[in-house]
Amino acid sequence: MSAYTQEQWARIDADAAIMRRKARRHKFLETVGNHSILIAMSAIFIMPLYLIVVISLMTYRQASLRALWPSPFVWHNYIEVFHAVPFMHWTLNTLFVSTLTMIGTVVSSVPPAYVLSRLQWRGRNGSFILILATMMLPGQVTMIPVYVIFAKLHWIPGYLPLIVPAFFSSAFSIFLLRQFFATIPDEISDAARIDGCSEFQLMMRIVIPLAKPAISAIALFAFLGAWNDFFGPLLYLVENPDLWTLGIGLTQFENLHHVDRNMLMTASALFMMPVIVIFFFSQKVFIEGVTLTGVKG
Amino acid sequence: MKSLSRNKSVASNMGAADLASQKTRKLKTPWVFIAICMSPWVFGFLFFTAYPMGASLYQSFTKFNLIETPKWVGTENYVRMFTDDPDFWKALKNTVWISAVSIPLRIAFALFTAWILTKPKRGSNIYRTIFFLPAMVPTVAATMSFTYIFNPAIGPINKFLEFFGIKNPPMWFIDPHWSKWALILLGLWGIGDTMIIYLAGLLDVPRSLYEAAAIEGASGWQQFRYVTIPMMTPVIFFSTVTGIIGSFQYFTQAYVAAGQVNDYSHSMYFYATHIYHEAFRAYEMGYASALAWVLLIFTLICTLIMLQTQKRWVHYPNGSLFK
Repeated sequence: MSAYTQEQWARIDADAAIMRRKARRHKFLETVGNHSILIAMSAIFIMPLYLIVVISLMTYRQASLRALWPSPFVWHNYIEVFHAVPFMHWTLNTLFVSTLTMIGTVVSSVPPAYVLSRLQWRGRNGSFILILATMMLPGQVTMIPVYVIFAKLHWIPGYLPLIVPAFFSSAFSIFLLRQFFATIPDEISDAARIDGCSEFQLMMRIVIPLAKPAISAIALFAFLGAWNDFFGPLLYLVENPDLWTLGIGLTQFENLHHVDRNMLMTASALFMMPVIVIFFFSQKVFIEGVTLTGVKG
Repeated sequence: MKSLSRNKSVASNMGAADLASQKTRKLKTPWVFIAICMSPWVFGFLFFTAYPMGASLYQSFTKFNLIETPKWVGTENYVRMFTDDPDFWKALKNTVWISAVSIPLRIAFALFTAWILTKPKRGSNIYRTIFFLPAMVPTVAATMSFTYIFNPAIGPINKFLEFFGIKNPPMWFIDPHWSKWALILLGLWGIGDTMIIYLAGLLDVPRSLYEAAAIEGASGWQQFRYVTIPMMTPVIFFSTVTGIIGSFQYFTQAYVAAGQVNDYSHSMYFYATHIYHEAFRAYEMGYASALAWVLLIFTLICTLIMLQTQKRWVHYPNGSLFK
């Protein structure tokens, strides 16, 4: 080491500086490259949403000229759509079904998930495998006999076929909750049991408060699932226009009333707005929830 | 050794339980509590899964129109499907086509979007939100909007394409040769939730593996190919299986889009659409049940084939999930 002269040391330092600069420039170029790709992709992902919003604010003449910016902005479209079709009515119907579905799913999925993850009992694993298997079962296989049951009960057309099954547990929600419950340490339950806590109290007072993120996630998924559902309302509500949800209403939009075609974008924008607002307020819950349903654990 | 340690842990668990039960009143498994808690699922399973499965299996061997009682016809429905129903073949062909094209595309796209999201040091949350946003749009709203903006006469998409010098842009949903591609684009736009699962998987890959690869002189691409992909095979496997199951049930987008554009040539007529038509338009409930059972069998066969192949390409760092 000491064999280097001062001159040689200087050259080594200079080389190192060049290398560092090169590495930094490489890093910089890579960052620029990554961000350019990400920005381009963001533009593509955003574009349909952008188009929906701008078309929703145009006159039909403008929309049919395929303009990309409204002039003037026809904010009136957003009022007009409520008069042209019973949009408020559809919204309230959808809200009604979604809220009850959400309540039903939470109330009926938390207890099974609790006993499947927090208690040891014979048949537990068998039950859980059966639940997983029902998740894989295509809905088409059970659809017709279930329809026949509801028809015999004279529940069609009506909301009961959409709401009642939600009160009988959802396999997906049980699965998601169980994944989360299993991460809560057993010592907490043991300590509470020693203190004389009953299983019911343990579930209500200790495990449920600790599992708020997972319960919010299944509540959110259940609500959005019902809000976005098309097939259920198609089977059970279509015959009675008074009962229509937003999804059905939107597909019947043009048959219903003579409205400008671009108003369909106004209605679509209104349909997705609540969901997007919910998403911005609950992004964390949402993304954690989706992650829990992956293959982890 | 393994069994020994397991016995030990069982023993210690029992010790804790004994200790707990000495202090509390209950000594045994709280069966009443378990029964009450499980009852919503048990009744749901009986009413909405077990009985309907049996009933639909029976109905698949009958002629049944919802009003009259089912009339036993033996295997007629199953024979008819394969020998005397061109719509069945059309629907099957369309379904197989869209599965074969869209499942690999979706996996590649989800992996790519998730991978590029792990790259930047800052701002990745903003990009993630943007990529995820379309997945939130209700299916019907998304499909209606796509049929509008991809409409060659009034939609702006083709105007963009013309602007970028594409002379004769496709007619998308209106053209039978392009309609399935339009549906695939609609699906890729809503890739968000799959992407999040991939992102979680990518973030789980230990940094040390990349560092080791970098020390060995692996380039960025080689790291992706020989570290990222092998570590991601369980996620890829999982999403392939759920993708197959989902694509046999592909309905809403195709049904809504077909309703918007008068799909005379049935280019967007898929297997689930066929079941819906037979059951609720033609009221051929028995035949529709047979179709549903064939769907279940197809799904099972595909899943079993996937499970068979997984030994060859799926890499489980902590042992198989399905052992």
